[in-house]
Amino acid sequence: MNSKTSGMGGDKGGDVVVETVARLMVPFIQLFGLYVIIHGAGGPGGGFQGGVIIASSFILYVIAFGIVKAGNRFTEATNTVFFSTGVYIYAGVGLLCIICGLAFAAEFLNYGYIPLTHHFEENRALGMDLVEIGIGITVMAVITSIFFNLVWKREGEEVEGED
Amino acid sequence: MIWQLDLALLFLIVIIAIAAITVRDLLSAIMLLCAYSFLMAVVWVEMHSVDVAFTEAAVGAGATTAFLIAALSRTKRWEKK
Repeated sequence: MNSKTSGMGGDKGGDVVVETVARLMVPFIQLFGLYVIIHGAGGPGGGFQGGVIIASSFILYVIAFGIVKAGNRFTEATNTVFFSTGVYIYAGVGLLCIICGLAFAAEFLNYGYIPLTHHFEENRALGMDLVEIGIGITVMAVITSIFFNLVWKREGEEVEGED
Repeated sequence: MIWQLDLALLFLIVIIAIAAITVRDLLSAIMLLCAYSFLMAVVWVEMHSVDVAFTEAAVGAGATTAFLIAALSRTKRWEKK
C-alpha cells in the first residue's frame, strides 16, 4: 500500500476507470440512501441504514479521488455542522411533541401531536420521517468523519513497517 | 425457513470465522470478515428479518470493511509469527 499509487492516502487519484465508475456510481448510491431513509417507516431500512449507505458513497469518493480532494469538498467543519444538525432535528421533533401535546399526554417523540395535518396518523407518519431524516444526517456525518480521520495522513508522516 | 440452507450457511460461516482468526495475512482476514458479514446477512434474510440483514450488509460488509482497510493502511500487513 504505497501512498503514491493508492488513491486513498496520497493526494493523487487512481486510474481513469476507477474515477469514471465512481463518478457515475456516487449519485446513484446517494439516491438509494435517500430512498432507504424515506421508506424506513413502512418497510426494511431506516435512518441508520440510509445514513450508512450515503456515507459509503463518500467512502467510494475517497477511494477513487484521494483524501485531499474529498477533504476539500467535505471539510471537518461541514461534518460537525451536519452531525449536530441531525441531533438537533431528532431532539427538536421530540421536544415539539412534548410542547404540542401538553394538553393531552406530553410524551417525548409521540409524533401524533405535531400539528402538521389534521389527522393523527398522518402526523405520526410525517414525524417519523422527520426523525429518520435527523438520524440519517447524523449517521452519515459521523461515519464519514470516522473514515476521514482513519485515512488522513499529516504532511511528512511515514507509514510504519512497510514490507 | 429451509433448514438445509440454514445448516449449509451456518457451516460456511463457522469455517470462515475460524479461517479469519487463523490466517496470518491481515488483509485476507478483513476480506474473510467481509464474506462472513455477507453470509450472515443472507442468514438474516432467510430468517425473515430483512431489517437486521440490511444493517448487517450496510454496516458489517460495507462500512466496517472500509474502516478496517483504512486502519490496516497505517500498520503492517503481516502478523508476527
